[in-house]
Amino acid sequence: MPQATAAPVQEALLPILQRFDTDSQNLLQILVEIQHALHCVPPEAVDLVAAHLGATRAHVRGVVGFYSFLSDHYLGDYVIHLSDNVTDRMLGNRELAEYLCSRLGVKLGKVRADGRASVNFTSCTGMCDQGPAALVNGLAVTRLSRERIDRMVELITARTPVSAWPAEFFEVEDNFRRSDVLFRRPFEPGAAIQAAMLRGGDETLKDIQLEEAVDPASGTLWKRGADETLKELYRSDLRGRGGAGFKAAIKWETCRDTAGGERYVVCNADEGEPGTFKDRVLLHTYADMVFEGMTVCGYVVGSGLGILYIRQEYWYLKPHLEAVLARRREAGLLGGNILGTGFAFDIDLHWGAGAYICGMESAMIESIEGKRGKPRKRWPLPVVAGVRKCPTVVNNVETFAAAGMIALKGGAWFAAHGTMHSTGTKLFCVSGDCERPGIYEYPFGVSVREILRDCGGSEAQAVQVSGPSGTTITRSEFDRVLAYEDLSSVGTMMVFGPGRDMFEVVENFSHFFQHESCGLCTPCRVGTSLLVNLVDKVARGKGSPMDLDEIQKLSHIMKTTAHCGLGQTAPNHLLDSLLKFRPVWDARMMTTEFEPAFDLDEALEEARQLSGRDDAGAHL
Amino acid sequence: MASKLKVATCSLAGCFGCHMSLLDIDERLLDLLEVIEFDRSPINDLKRIEGMVDLGLIEGGLCNSENVHVLRHFREHCRILVSVGECAVTGGIPSMRNHYSLRECLDEAYIRGVGVENAQIPSDAELPLLLDKLRPLHEVVRIDHHLPGCPPSADAFWHFLTELIAGRDPSLPLQLLRYD
Repeated sequence: MPQATAAPVQEALLPILQRFDTDSQNLLQILVEIQHALHCVPPEAVDLVAAHLGATRAHVRGVVGFYSFLSDHYLGDYVIHLSDNVTDRMLGNRELAEYLCSRLGVKLGKVRADGRASVNFTSCTGMCDQGPAALVNGLAVTRLSRERIDRMVELITARTPVSAWPAEFFEVEDNFRRSDVLFRRPFEPGAAIQAAMLRGGDETLKDIQLEEAVDPASGTLWKRGADETLKELYRSDLRGRGGAGFKAAIKWETCRDTAGGERYVVCNADEGEPGTFKDRVLLHTYADMVFEGMTVCGYVVGSGLGILYIRQEYWYLKPHLEAVLARRREAGLLGGNILGTGFAFDIDLHWGAGAYICGMESAMIESIEGKRGKPRKRWPLPVVAGVRKCPTVVNNVETFAAAGMIALKGGAWFAAHGTMHSTGTKLFCVSGDCERPGIYEYPFGVSVREILRDCGGSEAQAVQVSGPSGTTITRSEFDRVLAYEDLSSVGTMMVFGPGRDMFEVVENFSHFFQHESCGLCTPCRVGTSLLVNLVDKVARGKGSPMDLDEIQKLSHIMKTTAHCGLGQTAPNHLLDSLLKFRPVWDARMMTTEFEPAFDLDEALEEARQLSGRDDAGAHL
Repeated sequence: MASKLKVATCSLAGCFGCHMSLLDIDERLLDLLEVIEFDRSPINDLKRIEGMVDLGLIEGGLCNSENVHVLRHFREHCRILVSVGECAVTGGIPSMRNHYSLRECLDEAYIRGVGVENAQIPSDAELPLLLDKLRPLHEVVRIDHHLPGCPPSADAFWHFLTELIAGRDPSLPLQLLRYD
């Protein structure tokens, strides 16, 4: 069994440690590399990493313990994580999991005795339009079926390395079904940066070479370009695409105007909201647009370093993203002298390690700093004191892509699309019961009904807008529109057809939040568990109306007292379901009287055995 | 004058500390007795509730089958049932055994314990059987109010009872929920 022992650990670790300096901020990135190399972070590795960074072992172990994909014990030669979003379940992932486990001879969640393989569930891996999905040794596998599992088991039995597995297993499609003004035409790398730098110049300047037009010493045109680009961003009224909708221009200007040495531009590609996969498509096919938007932001706010924080589930994109960055450096679009103007900006990749909470910007910054991803206190905001306490812009992948296009085409062009308070277009990730799942770009203001018609999901009984933390809407609400004026959204649309049991949806969502609660505050840590207990109790037919009242009460406490958005939004789906799908709850109510969630007589069984009794008094 | 409210109390897997704290309302007990009278309670040693009472106060969690019978008896006979103190509300100190199996607990006490002679796990029809886990009250019956504290202070009892008797929301104000 290839259980790691001290000597090979050291051998495997040295090249990894050599690539990182002793800055403690590197901790998470080092641990991610170790996990990939050894399929665990063994105690010897904890010691070596702690010594390398001058950190305590407790700190290192604390970080290992926080992230789902880091493990303190060996997970097997083949580590399989099955995506467990509700859309995967609708495609039959539970049966496939059972089949895979029986074929491999493993118990779910346990490593096979010979150390060959393990099978676990994980939260949504962002392949909802081509599930059921999985990760095998960190690489995304799509469209699981019995046939595919049979072949996987053969390969595992033959010890074929994952690098030699059929490429078709790892094919990930864009499924970009509808494009609008932002993503309709190919993007010319460098065009947005150049446009930004030339903004505000007179027309004649546009005919001459950029390096001749800019004087890095005085920085006159340089500064004017940045100021004018910010004005265009204001004109565009671009709002954050991560769901909260904060105006990008205000964020950028605040960052620019806050005193502080370094400034950082962080791109949030954590994309953990189940059912969301637009960032995956953008980083695969529109990476230049995203990086360009980040570079323009660096130019406007005066930052030299961008960080793309990307979720571990998209590890398969690593070679691609590194190649794009290398190409951009070669083309003079990143690095110490961008377009010959003396403007210096570069972009680092930071990998997450499996934590939904890290999509929350201050938790993400903690994670970038190599720590457990726990949200910070609300004030000061990251824009004032973010990465290393420096002014930091954190924007969504899609926001940066849009910002780059605004730099290129101007704010008025952008603001001509969408609605009064929601300008531009938005990407929607459609999955679930529809004929054409995938990515759809629409101007804001599109109705749910229109999207359902286009994706072939008009039969739906419900749509979950903006993921489990969002809103459940029913047929009578399909004329509602997607815009900050009505349904604000990160872009997630999970469609539930007429045959679906909507109670199974809340079961999936409530367990998701319980798993992903970071544990920092009591209302969320305890509240998510209590909600799961109550949902499971109802599922077992032990629920009563008192339990439903209790769900409402707990939800109110969480919404009003949880530390961050995770706990505040975790009960949304339950409240929506109780309000809009009450019959699926009532159908499970076997009694109007309160009943225990467990079997009382069963609770005496151990005592009966120990005392050898079985008389009438030995039962309840 | 309106008839007095009937109040029943008992202690299950508790230490009677909550009852002691109730007595700590001192001379206010006399004012209280102007408006309530005790039914089944350790104070008068009655064993059963006859008919219905207005208010039941239960201290302690559920460790065995007898506790469950008493709790059900209270639920059937009390219009308002209150879970009183840490053990009733959360399981408290006795629930520390929930980290171990029942066999481990009984082995420690009756088999491997220091000075144990004729080691054996007790078995007698008169002994109630232990539940595999200690449970707080609200997991087994509907509970109308929780009165937290270990024990709830005399002032907490006083506030809770007087507000409830007056027909108001008996929730404790913040200063009665602070324990530091």
